[in-house]
Amino acid sequence: MNARYRPLMATTLIFIVAYALCVSQYPGMWSTRVLGNFLTDNAFLGVAAVGATFVIISGGIDLSVGAVIGLTGVVTAILITRLGLHPLVVFPLVLALAALFGAAMGAVIHFLRVPPFIVTLAGMFLARGLASVLTQDSIPIDHPFYRTVSSLYFKLPGGGRLSAIGLTMLAVFLLFGLIAHRTRFGSYVYAIGGNPVSAALMGVPTGRTTVAIYALSSFLGGLSGIIYSLYTSAGYPLAAVGIELDSIAAVVIGGTLLTGGYGFIFGTLIGVMLQGLVQTFIVFDGTLSSWWTKIAIGFLLFMFILLQNLVFNRQNGPAHLRKGPA
Amino acid sequence: MKNIFKLALCAGVASLVSTAAMAAGMTVGFSQIGSESGWRAAETSVTKQEAEKRGITLKFADAQQKQENQIKAIRGFIAQGVDAILVAPVVATGWEEVLGEAKEANIPVVLLDRGVEASQDLYLTSVASDQVKEGHVAGDWLVKTVGDKPCKVVELQGTVGSTPAINRKKGFEEAIAGHSNITIARSQTGDFTRAKGKEVMEGFLKAENGGKDICAMYAHNDDMAVGGIQAIKDAGLKPGKDILVVSIDAVPDIFAAMAAGEANATVELTPNMAGPAFDALEAFKKDGKQPEKFIITESKLFTPADNPQGEYEARKGLGY
Repeated sequence: MNARYRPLMATTLIFIVAYALCVSQYPGMWSTRVLGNFLTDNAFLGVAAVGATFVIISGGIDLSVGAVIGLTGVVTAILITRLGLHPLVVFPLVLALAALFGAAMGAVIHFLRVPPFIVTLAGMFLARGLASVLTQDSIPIDHPFYRTVSSLYFKLPGGGRLSAIGLTMLAVFLLFGLIAHRTRFGSYVYAIGGNPVSAALMGVPTGRTTVAIYALSSFLGGLSGIIYSLYTSAGYPLAAVGIELDSIAAVVIGGTLLTGGYGFIFGTLIGVMLQGLVQTFIVFDGTLSSWWTKIAIGFLLFMFILLQNLVFNRQNGPAHLRKGPA
Repeated sequence: MKNIFKLALCAGVASLVSTAAMAAGMTVGFSQIGSESGWRAAETSVTKQEAEKRGITLKFADAQQKQENQIKAIRGFIAQGVDAILVAPVVATGWEEVLGEAKEANIPVVLLDRGVEASQDLYLTSVASDQVKEGHVAGDWLVKTVGDKPCKVVELQGTVGSTPAINRKKGFEEAIAGHSNITIARSQTGDFTRAKGKEVMEGFLKAENGGKDICAMYAHNDDMAVGGIQAIKDAGLKPGKDILVVSIDAVPDIFAAMAAGEANATVELTPNMAGPAFDALEAFKKDGKQPEKFIITESKLFTPADNPQGEYEARKGLGY
């Protein structure tokens, strides 16, 4: 087996085993309802985590994504509810604004050589602050289009629902998986994450790519904000607080190296599902404190960091593995 | 001998199992906002106690102040096929979808303590307190206590613009309207906190002739009252005697103050929202009785005549 796929295999295996254990204790967890909920309830996290995967593969970090979700939701709600615009007009507008916001952060990171941690932290404060200045309350969105989309689903046998937002998340994973693993831009991202200096020497346009990576992350943050607003039919400035950290956790659990240059989009999907699984298990149990979710995720994270260390040190150093996607 | 022992053990286990099966009536999921205040922590403990008392299996999910967690928890409860769901919603919006799913799965939902902006047929009933009435009960107590004597009241308001502050002020003003001997001399926000309550009361005392002109202090919650009591003591006056103290919530510390003779009355915001909710659910499950859409909890007045020490002991373990 190709060693490159080991962390991905490990994640998938752990998910399957963990799910099997959960089902053995609560057979009700093996139902289309729960599976459908996994997709619907984690759609906004999944979409944001795809962006985080790109950023982390490039060796960076994006702390602003949760705040971008909150801001996008609020702006969407204001434009639709207060200004009476149609959602289909609003969506491209807020997505473009989000992408622009990310591009600006990327430009600062690349051209002013400021660490992404600081730049995106500033971005997080800016976006969350702006959202809270715009409104303190949750603004309901009561548009016929919203009602249609949020109640759009395929009925699965057994009462489960495959919702529009769940399918959107899967589509995002598919599309951006292809972009990461099958396009020139994707290989640039891996190259920069592997070693930015040699990437530049090889002729990778590092500036343009860095700007594009952060624009992409914020764009997906914006999309996630729209999904969140569909999920709750409202825009709320405090929505998705801390999601940036949950998505980073999903990325790492999914087998992506925090130091960059290596990772899979599909692994992130498993990382998101694993978090959903832990939450669902705790709800099914009903006696455990919900904070056990955090403990379980922390434990998984730690385990994956150890595992990555083992796998990558057994090969002749990470360089061997950092060739990028096949 | 050994066999007999085994047999006895088996019988014992079997009887245990059967009583457990009998007691296990409903399974109810409870999606709680979090534990941001003492009152909410007490609501959680009382809900667990009430469930245990009635033999209800309670599935508890703390949402850590996040709506997405609440929606996930409710979906989880539906997937599990619980008999009913209790929700204390963190925000008012965005519940149509998930409550619609519960309705489709024939699982009744009861809202606790806060309302939602959604169609009323999506939930069985809601249990909440009447905040205007709380203020009213506090005002009535003062009217009865001072009689015809002139009385200058200072008011410690809750957070500016918050619903409980507006409603508790309104109720109190309604109660003293028509009693021209009682006037609100000063009113300022103490942000529902102890420290701010003390600070504001210190200001009031200075402004009102060292406190000699003040006859009563009305605080929108007990925490501010406890801060205010401290300020009165610091000014060399006796809270509860020189200045009457009336507030709302009925947290343990106000009973401690009452037992020490430093507070005169408090109006309870009961943490037992689940009791009426379970009553309504049991009646609904038994013979399909539709409860009223809005169940209002009692706003009970407590004075030093109501065994404050006992109330303190009973409440201090609830997590306030």
